[in-house]
Amino acid sequence: MSKQYETVIGLEVHVELATKTKIFCGCSTAFGAAPNTQTCPVCTGMPGSLPVLNRQVLEYAIAVGLATNCDITRYAKFDRKNYFYPDNPQNYQISQLYLPICRNGGVEIETEEGGRKMVGIHEIHMEEDAGKLLHDAWEDCSLVDYNRSGVPLIEIVSEPDMRSAEEVIAYLEKLRLLIQYLGASDCKLQEGSMRADVNLSVRKAGTEQFGTRTEMKNLNSFKAISRAIAGETERQIDLIESGEKVVQETRRWDDVKGESYAMRSKEDAQDYRYFPDPDLTPVVVSDEMLQKIRAAQPEFRNEKMRRYREEFRLPDYDIEIITESRHMADLFEAATAICGQPKKVSNWLMGETLRLMKEKETDAQDLCFSPEHLAKLIRLTDEKVITGAVAKEVFEVMFAENVDPERYVEEKGLKSVNDEGALQKTVAEVIAANPQSVEDYRNGKEKAIGFLVGQTMKAMKGKADPAAVNRILKEACRK
Amino acid sequence: MGIADMTAVELSAAVRAGQITAVQAVEEILTCIEERDALYNCYVTVDREGALAQAKEVQAKIEAGHLTGPLAGVPVAVKDNLCTKGLRTTCASRMLGNFVPTYTAEAVTNLRKAGAVILGKTNMDEFAMGSTTETSAYGVTRNPWNREHVPGGSSGGSAAAVAAGECICALGSDTGGSIRQPAAFCGTVGMKPTYGTVSRYGLIAYGSSLDQIGPLTKDVRDCAAVLEAIASHDVKDSTSLQRQDTDFMSALTEDVQGMRIGIPDDYLGEGLDEDVRAAVLKAAEELAGRGAVVERFDLSLVEYAIPAYYTIAAAEASSNLERFDGIKYGYRTGNDAGLHSMYRKSRAEGFGEEVKRRIMLGSFVLSSGYYDAYYLKALQVKALIKKAFDEAFAKYDVILGPVAPTTAPKLGESLADPLKMYLGDIYTIAVNLAGLPGISLPCGKDRKGLPIGLQLIGDCFQEKKLIRAAYTYERSRGPFGTAGGAGHGTAADERAQADAGSFRTSGEGQVSQCGMLWQGGKSGRPVSEQSTEGTDRTNRTGGIPS
Repeated sequence: MSKQYETVIGLEVHVELATKTKIFCGCSTAFGAAPNTQTCPVCTGMPGSLPVLNRQVLEYAIAVGLATNCDITRYAKFDRKNYFYPDNPQNYQISQLYLPICRNGGVEIETEEGGRKMVGIHEIHMEEDAGKLLHDAWEDCSLVDYNRSGVPLIEIVSEPDMRSAEEVIAYLEKLRLLIQYLGASDCKLQEGSMRADVNLSVRKAGTEQFGTRTEMKNLNSFKAISRAIAGETERQIDLIESGEKVVQETRRWDDVKGESYAMRSKEDAQDYRYFPDPDLTPVVVSDEMLQKIRAAQPEFRNEKMRRYREEFRLPDYDIEIITESRHMADLFEAATAICGQPKKVSNWLMGETLRLMKEKETDAQDLCFSPEHLAKLIRLTDEKVITGAVAKEVFEVMFAENVDPERYVEEKGLKSVNDEGALQKTVAEVIAANPQSVEDYRNGKEKAIGFLVGQTMKAMKGKADPAAVNRILKEACRK
Repeated sequence: MGIADMTAVELSAAVRAGQITAVQAVEEILTCIEERDALYNCYVTVDREGALAQAKEVQAKIEAGHLTGPLAGVPVAVKDNLCTKGLRTTCASRMLGNFVPTYTAEAVTNLRKAGAVILGKTNMDEFAMGSTTETSAYGVTRNPWNREHVPGGSSGGSAAAVAAGECICALGSDTGGSIRQPAAFCGTVGMKPTYGTVSRYGLIAYGSSLDQIGPLTKDVRDCAAVLEAIASHDVKDSTSLQRQDTDFMSALTEDVQGMRIGIPDDYLGEGLDEDVRAAVLKAAEELAGRGAVVERFDLSLVEYAIPAYYTIAAAEASSNLERFDGIKYGYRTGNDAGLHSMYRKSRAEGFGEEVKRRIMLGSFVLSSGYYDAYYLKALQVKALIKKAFDEAFAKYDVILGPVAPTTAPKLGESLADPLKMYLGDIYTIAVNLAGLPGISLPCGKDRKGLPIGLQLIGDCFQEKKLIRAAYTYERSRGPFGTAGGAGHGTAADERAQADAGSFRTSGEGQVSQCGMLWQGGKSGRPVSEQSTEGTDRTNRTGGIPS
């Protein structure tokens, strides 16, 4: 049945910008402080306080606009969106309606069929976040924490250009990468630094007219977004098929129950009485400023991938994974610059790093080991100061707490034992303890040597060079 | 000459010369307040302890040679919409009856840096909305020249305090004439500087794009001195300007030779009181006699200024006042059932009638479907007004006219007819819409003996021209005299007068328990007398137009 219908989706994406201070005052934006400790008269809406724009917010917004091919509004303004709610200390939110900072952009995504498609961006505007309301069920009262009040956001409003959950995810991934590459935000859905509201309608395939749309909120993972899109598409088609009408409303997605419920309909939509904020002067973007931001734009993923192919001759698979995060790409490039061995660096990233990331549920942008230390580890292995096995062990510690591998190896006494005498002695002990295996080997069972090497390495606590152990063992068995 | 009769410049000179101490000066003015405020109700809060402590500090700094300016040791009053750390700031509203700011307005900080001593907070129209200081929740302020009349507003408490000798000079705020008009009604000097000259940080906003803080003083010299002290670039206010020309006292010269002065015909048109017209034209002649070139011209925009102003100011106010919701600070109803009921009741009970009227007006003009027709149209009118002034200032250095169409009306007359009150702002509001500086200074008295104000308007940043013209006129006019004639009455006189039934004011929704924080032990203040039944209105001698 759903084949006869087409789903039309547009997104409103809120991104929390990675500034140190809030958008209109000097309070810290750091997450996790005690309630109301990162506040001042401005972000708590005290009378007589006035907002002053944080220039970094403007620069990030413009940078995102440039990266998404938007026109930058050279004379932009802030507007007040008036509504009463306790998390909104002034009872108006400073946002942009009439002259948003960016307009008419778009990003290219890959479709399921492997084709390319442009998703239009209607506008990007700057605004302030609200505080957080906490309901204390025990005391039956609500408490407000204004630490988040005034944290800078950009809202990226797409055109209704997406037709499936896959396209939506591709679009979000694209935005996430661009913004992370810019360093403008860490874009974590789970932590709320990236939030997407889904505007969705369905229409009979082949028709021009859009259907009535709903807006869905509370989507905090890509999986939730996919499920919500599937659920809402089905709900709307069911309504139409049963002769009912889709109501224009805002719905809240409950990912646990896998269903959405209406929050408010268009009829109770508030009149926000938007008007230009008289406390803020118009934002004039000079040629010079635009030039500066343009010049400072980083190398984005596509260019980086191209360069990695040519410069480092890495396999496409490696390039794909390394460039998926700006942080990992930076790590790769910096470590390669030091040690000059791109493939070895890449192997560490593809192998142990990915394994540990999965095991420890670590995000690529949160990798803490430094490129210097990774390069050092590679050198220590190359110079046979440590064995491969020890290197892995050291790397695991580096991964956890960015230790200096050289110092760590020194302190823990992990250097390879290249002392022939010590090796001979251990080998003799292993042979004496495992006569059966020696016998097997002598009888042509090649595999048996592996066991003996393992036993020797174990006895040497991994610090022996496996090649040397192999050679000495074989010589000893032949005796 | 008593300390209360001295100007700021005279007093600070005496203090710096060691003739009087700052503490003596403050004590003397505090005594004046104690004796006279029962008559005029200029103050909402008097900070006796704080003022004396500041005076001691200032005196020490003067003696150490750290304070040498013309405001050192001068007791000043501050309008109660300017935040003062640790000192209750009410905006003359029940809504902020218990509000004690944690920060001080930049303009007040600047005054204190200059060595001024803050005596307390002056009465005003609630949230600066009104032209008579009658919309205050803490009782009306009376005009020291005639207590049956209003002092003007909204900075009526500041103007009256200067006129009554209850401070040496004061700060007010001017959104549509709120400094200049009460200055005119009280026979004092008041100035609204170019928008952006004085930081608005800590000024509880009414109409943010129009609000400016400015001085209310006894003469033009003090006006220049106070303005010089409070003007500053402030990074905390995005609309604050960086000016290099704030040495306003340097403009205190008697020189209008060749100055081109234009009088708009519209400012002398219908509705202008005869006495006011005569006094203003006489002042123009006086300036012409000193070498200025005075002519009349057509500004033709006045009729559009009032609707544009009340649209823009109300729109901004409706949003600015949203933060007063009973959640974080200020008044909260004791009788709520749920969030929305709490909002509704707190605001219904906390705000007075005029404030609610303007919030409703402002909310309406910003509503979807009306925004273009009202708010946007008003912004266009604002731009046209600015353009008309630009053209005028291509021809003239200064524009001269009256401050208000009449002298101070009687108490109660304006509240009954808000539209009439709005029309009284006709000569002052265009200045705010265009962001221009304007000064008001006394130029005579009407047949009832009430002061008449002369207004001089300059182009942006031309405060010095205004000061020069005003100073020249003031010198040529001679002493204006002080309110109260032979001396101010006392509270006892007031009681006798009240008992005789000669005068009483209306007192809607007075919050008597929120009266002045005065520890002097005086009784029988007008505030409590105003808490009388509505029949008072009809018994009044003044009468209210029906």
